[in-house]
Amino acid sequence: MNNIGKNSFDIGRMDALAAGDSLLHRLDPRAKLITTLVFIVAVVSFDKYALSAILPFFLYPIALISLGGLPYNYLLKKVLIVSPFAILIGVFNPLLDREILFHIGSVGISGGFVSFLSILLRFVLTVTAALILISLTGFNAVCESMRKFGVPKPFIVQLLFFYRYLFVMTDEADRMVRARSLRTFNSGTMSFRIFISLIGHLLLRTLDRAERIYRAMCCRGFDGHFYLIRSMKIRVPEIIFMSGWVSLFVLFRCTNVPLHLGTLITGIVP
Amino acid sequence: MHMADALISPLVGATMWATTAGLIGYSAKKLKDEADDRKIPLMGVLGAFIFAAQMINFTIPATGSSGHLGGGMILAILLGPYAAFLVMASVLTVQAFFFADGGLLALGCNIFNLGFFPCFLAYPFIYKKIAGENPTQAKIATGGIIAAIVGLQLGAFAVVLETVFSGISELPFQTFVLLMQPIHMGIGIVEGLISAAVVSFVWKARPEILNSAQGVASIVKVDMKKLLLGVLIVTLITGGALSWFASSNPDGLEWSMFRTSGKEELETSEKVHASLANVQGKTAFLPDYGFKKSEPKPEASESPTWPAVDPGTSVSGLIGGFLTLVLAVLIGIVLKRRKIKSLPER
Repeated sequence: MNNIGKNSFDIGRMDALAAGDSLLHRLDPRAKLITTLVFIVAVVSFDKYALSAILPFFLYPIALISLGGLPYNYLLKKVLIVSPFAILIGVFNPLLDREILFHIGSVGISGGFVSFLSILLRFVLTVTAALILISLTGFNAVCESMRKFGVPKPFIVQLLFFYRYLFVMTDEADRMVRARSLRTFNSGTMSFRIFISLIGHLLLRTLDRAERIYRAMCCRGFDGHFYLIRSMKIRVPEIIFMSGWVSLFVLFRCTNVPLHLGTLITGIVP
Repeated sequence: MHMADALISPLVGATMWATTAGLIGYSAKKLKDEADDRKIPLMGVLGAFIFAAQMINFTIPATGSSGHLGGGMILAILLGPYAAFLVMASVLTVQAFFFADGGLLALGCNIFNLGFFPCFLAYPFIYKKIAGENPTQAKIATGGIIAAIVGLQLGAFAVVLETVFSGISELPFQTFVLLMQPIHMGIGIVEGLISAAVVSFVWKARPEILNSAQGVASIVKVDMKKLLLGVLIVTLITGGALSWFASSNPDGLEWSMFRTSGKEELETSEKVHASLANVQGKTAFLPDYGFKKSEPKPEASESPTWPAVDPGTSVSGLIGGFLTLVLAVLIGIVLKRRKIKSLPER
């Protein structure tokens, strides 16, 4: 399987995870969306040298992954794949900010190193939070809850439409690339001329397909409006889920829990 | 070139979200006014096309690296700015959710950087001006290339500004600009060549597609000034209001100052003053972000305020941090166990 096939398989897998059935899967998508957003804002609102204070936030992804029965390794791998940009920008911090912030034994730890680690922690947390949201909820449900929060309908329709045809188009692209690859003895390099002709034909097919879809929609009585099923309800579990996590986030944000814990331990065991 | 959540502050993220939300609302309204049903499936499928085409790589001669399509310019040429902006936004949203490209907080930034500049600036002011009413292949090619390059340069510059304003990365403004702009010059040239070549391809095969797009797009021209003004105002207002809010609430730094000094009652008038100065400082050409490195260390006062930096507490922090992680993992294991046990019963 080449790159393209893998990617669409990947999206399919996230959707398959979202089709699971657990307490968390059954929660109203809006509750999960809000909790995720609060989580992300809480994590990124720490100042840039925050390190130990961020750690308690790992409880959220770990608890959700465990309760929702999501595969740890798979999500971790996805996080690693997208890490280069954050690392690329963050890696300059240790070089530019050399002021010693504190010492462990005789080794001085520079502020830049601390802030780099802090960037990495933030990165892992925010990225997993988004991935968890989708694998517990599914894209369509997230879109519908966005609609309820007042996102304009044409944009929601666009998201749903795009998502539906994403698989079709990646399959189509996959077939074209594979066909070329087979006819060139699996040569990895593609010249610009071939590339343009490939993309161009893909685009022409896309435009034709759009026309066919439109006609098919008209045949089925499309009048320019989309009707979305709305069966979402905020009940007791949703309120417990949201208020519980949000108050935990506030607690973690306002007090440095690990510091207190460490002081307690070092106080007991001098 | 995707911004990441880890690199932006909530203030910047929220400001860009508000701006992008405004743009999406405006584009959606424009599309509704247009009332072209045919466009609904076309936009959806074109989004999927861009998504798929982005995964096809070609080899850039003599460099050994590979290039691929970005898509903003092609979409704008085929659909006009409003629809193109929505399509671009939807592609980026799906990428943020499924591939964690960027992240949810940075989504506003990313849609703005990769959607706004090609659709609302490069397309109407460069491509349309060059391609004109009666496009020829040469005009399409020149317009497409220049517009794509300019769009990406602006986008890259926006990435720099957003990063520097957030103050998470230590990269000083000048260095970052010198890093980003040339890289995106290269990317922009590739993007421009692809856009121009693909559009020429379509124009040769099916000229009527572009002509109809041209017709749709020509309605647009009038409102552009108003739109740009609106974006500027929304950005300034939300950015200003939020930075007021952010600085009148103690952030991490002020907070720790509170606790280390044990002074609960910092005079309120003094605080308002400080936050005013803060707001002013922020509006005045990034004084305490990008350029502070060149200053002779006014931030020396900043580092000691990191929660009480003395060896004792940092050891406590390390031990406590480690314990917290162990605890979190243990909770995870317990939850998983319980879940597996409870499964057969259901």
